[in-house]
Amino acid sequence: MSGPAADGRALVLEDVHKSFGKLEVLRGIDLELGEHEVVCVIGASGSGKSTLLRCVNLLEPIDRGRIVVEGEEITARGVDVNRIRRRIGIVFQAFNLFPHMSVIRNVTLGPTEALGMSRSEAGAVGDELLGRFGLFDKRNEYPDRLSGGQQQRVAIVRALAMKPDILLLDEVTSALDPELVAEVLNVIRELAMGGMTMVLATHEMGFARDIANRICFLDAGVILEQGPPEQIFTAPREERTRQFLQSIIEAGRM
Amino acid sequence: MSGPPPEVYQYQPGDPRLPPRDQGSRILAPLRVEGVRGVAIALVSTVVFFTVAIVAVLNSSGWPLIKASFFDGVVFADAFPKILEKFRRNVFMFVTAEILVLVVAMAIAVLRSLTGPVFFPLRLLAAAYTDLFRGAPTILIIALLGFGAPALAIRGLPDSDVFWAVIALTLVYSAYVAEVYRAGIQSVHPSQVASARSLGLSRGKTLRFVVLPQAVRRVIPPLLNDFIGLQKDTALVAFLGYVEALRQAAIIQSATFDFTPFVALALIYVVITIPQARFVDWLIARDLRRRQTAAGV
Repeated sequence: MSGPAADGRALVLEDVHKSFGKLEVLRGIDLELGEHEVVCVIGASGSGKSTLLRCVNLLEPIDRGRIVVEGEEITARGVDVNRIRRRIGIVFQAFNLFPHMSVIRNVTLGPTEALGMSRSEAGAVGDELLGRFGLFDKRNEYPDRLSGGQQQRVAIVRALAMKPDILLLDEVTSALDPELVAEVLNVIRELAMGGMTMVLATHEMGFARDIANRICFLDAGVILEQGPPEQIFTAPREERTRQFLQSIIEAGRM
Repeated sequence: MSGPPPEVYQYQPGDPRLPPRDQGSRILAPLRVEGVRGVAIALVSTVVFFTVAIVAVLNSSGWPLIKASFFDGVVFADAFPKILEKFRRNVFMFVTAEILVLVVAMAIAVLRSLTGPVFFPLRLLAAAYTDLFRGAPTILIIALLGFGAPALAIRGLPDSDVFWAVIALTLVYSAYVAEVYRAGIQSVHPSQVASARSLGLSRGKTLRFVVLPQAVRRVIPPLLNDFIGLQKDTALVAFLGYVEALRQAAIIQSATFDFTPFVALALIYVVITIPQARFVDWLIARDLRRRQTAAGV
């Protein structure tokens, strides 16, 4: 699924600005992501991680700058947002499954209604994915019946059923009980090993260190520092990064 | 530091935050707490209360007169079948109006929920419609359309009372029901919309597959409220001179000088609402069961 101007860069953000009213949340984000690269965005609450991901999915319009996916500028005027979103999956912190639909219908809604697949074709894709992530026996359940970990895995499957070029994961384990975190992280690990291009906003530092090709530290709306996990976690250049990591260690999260 | 843990509500069996659903009557609920002694006290006090009340009414000086004019067995037996026969006309009117209301109100609610400056005129129209038809008394709308519209003699439109009465009731109740739908639409969390749009679903498909199904489920009880109101308001069509159940009761009343026919009609109205209320209870219980018990087992 490479665009005409594909140059090995799956995602490029250039000088992205975003404000909510007077509050400037993103103040000039520059970020590049190669094919099959996994980037973890870390930073304090309110630093703009979620907003960054929502902007890439066009759920929030940006005020300035541009975002390019596989060579196509998705923030250009007149771009069909629905077509772009089909190529970019996002998984939310609070799962956001559709409570009135069974698991399999949650998974097949996008493929049938946005991609125009037949029900049976979408069902086959959905069943295959549910099976791969140990959820096949839950296919006819409703989301309320599932544990948080199961719901989040279904949400990931729902995003994957669209066969996205890029997957965005917005603090997908933050709403889970500690004992349910591992099952979700294992799914993400498997995706990373399978070559999925991903951007994760996360507080799971150990996990980020484990699977990320690169860590970006977001602070006050800018990427203050980025680099390979070993460098960021052991020898951060910026004082703010050091402080942030120190607070994480003190909170017992690393 | 990370912020406070996010509040994600998640039902677990036995979760104290979700009180066990009371499947029975609210009225009987305290008895379960009180136990056998409570039941006994309730029984005795109920018997005493109603005995005293009934004896007081039956022994009052005016009772024989009231009994003769409101609860006359002979008049009742004669009037009831005639009123019931005409009540079929009310049933026809409210069933037709209810079907139309479901569609018209949905259209208005969706128009009012559209976002974006382009849709301002549509939102304005929908709001004006609601203000007008919710504000004006139903009987006036029925009178204006029932007496006025046929006089226009627009070709192709019938001039029957029933036709214009159904139109009037539809216009009025669509205004109420549109507000009920709109409340339902607004009660669906924005994250549901974000979730659907993130899959590449258009606005229309998001509304159709994600927002409206959840919204409609939530508003079924208030919807029944409005429908019962509509059913009772079919009696206002008597104002046009059309012989429906109320008009029929009034005809018998003026012939016999007895009010029993009105009591008979009131009874019919009350009786038809009961199965509807139970039907809604059943719908809600079924939806809850489906969502919270294992499917396909």
